[in-house]
Amino acid sequence: MSGIIGKKIGMTSLYDANGKNIPCTVIEAGPCVVTQVKTIEKDGYEAIQLSYGERKEKHTTKALKGHFAKAGVSPKRIVREFTRFEVDHQKKFGDIVDVTVFIEGEFIDVIGTTKGKGFQGVVRRHGFSGVGGQTHGQHNRLRAPGSLGASSWPSRVFKGIRMAGQMGNTRVKMINLQVLKIVPEKNMIIVKGSVPGPNGSPIIVERWS
Amino acid sequence: MSKNEFLTYAESLVEVKELPSFKAGDTVTVTYKIKEGGKERLQNFQGVVLQRKGSGPTATFTVRKISSNVGVERIFPVSSPFIEAVVVNKHGVVRRARIFYLRGLRGKKARIKEKRV
Repeated sequence: MSGIIGKKIGMTSLYDANGKNIPCTVIEAGPCVVTQVKTIEKDGYEAIQLSYGERKEKHTTKALKGHFAKAGVSPKRIVREFTRFEVDHQKKFGDIVDVTVFIEGEFIDVIGTTKGKGFQGVVRRHGFSGVGGQTHGQHNRLRAPGSLGASSWPSRVFKGIRMAGQMGNTRVKMINLQVLKIVPEKNMIIVKGSVPGPNGSPIIVERWS
Repeated sequence: MSKNEFLTYAESLVEVKELPSFKAGDTVTVTYKIKEGGKERLQNFQGVVLQRKGSGPTATFTVRKISSNVGVERIFPVSSPFIEAVVVNKHGVVRRARIFYLRGLRGKKARIKEKRV
């Protein structure tokens, strides 16, 4: 696996060789610093910890300050662990990981937090079609979910019945997005399609080979 | 780098075409390429511009014409490589930037006053 932490910049469109319009997302990714290497002997599992983005000195706790000072870098905003980091990119403590871990044309996964929509009813949240007409006795249940199940058996509501609730603001992974372009000098990746979250939100770009 | 610098760079990857200046209400002829079974040919689409939308590589414009008594609208991306040429036939006098009211009008009512230069 290879991965990097980044920021969603926004969407635009490009044209491919056939002249087709491709919607794409621009991502600022890395450079990330390896701030810790976890080993089986010491931690019980293998992982590397990447850090990305600047954090103000006054907003950093003393514990974190010490952690970053050990790696010899300024305090970072986002810290994430990546397990099974690829051998050919085997990184050591204090190393830099940038967009060159990816290749143009390959398929990657992008993890982000979707835009929060708040508490939503079943029509918006699950695509229920509502009650339909406003006649035939309906007066206040135009967007109601209807029946939740049978009565005397099972005498309960099954788990997983779709109901109203919090929509969005969840961690979502978009899989198999094609990398259209990599610009190492600008730390920029352009991927085909959309990526969860608002512009400027932190995302994780990764590839499982 | 700021957010805009990245987008500007990404947008600079697309060649934005130099089209003659036109706006909503103008009558234009769009010549565009069509691929049919490996062959390419040109086709014209003449009609009234309803709106221009967006900026940079994502900019589009909508053209409406009446074809055998049925209104037909086509949305063209400005920087699409399929667009061969855009010729402005007439400059129209309209008061708004998006003239969707034209959809509800037919015949004599759907005329647009021509701007004399």
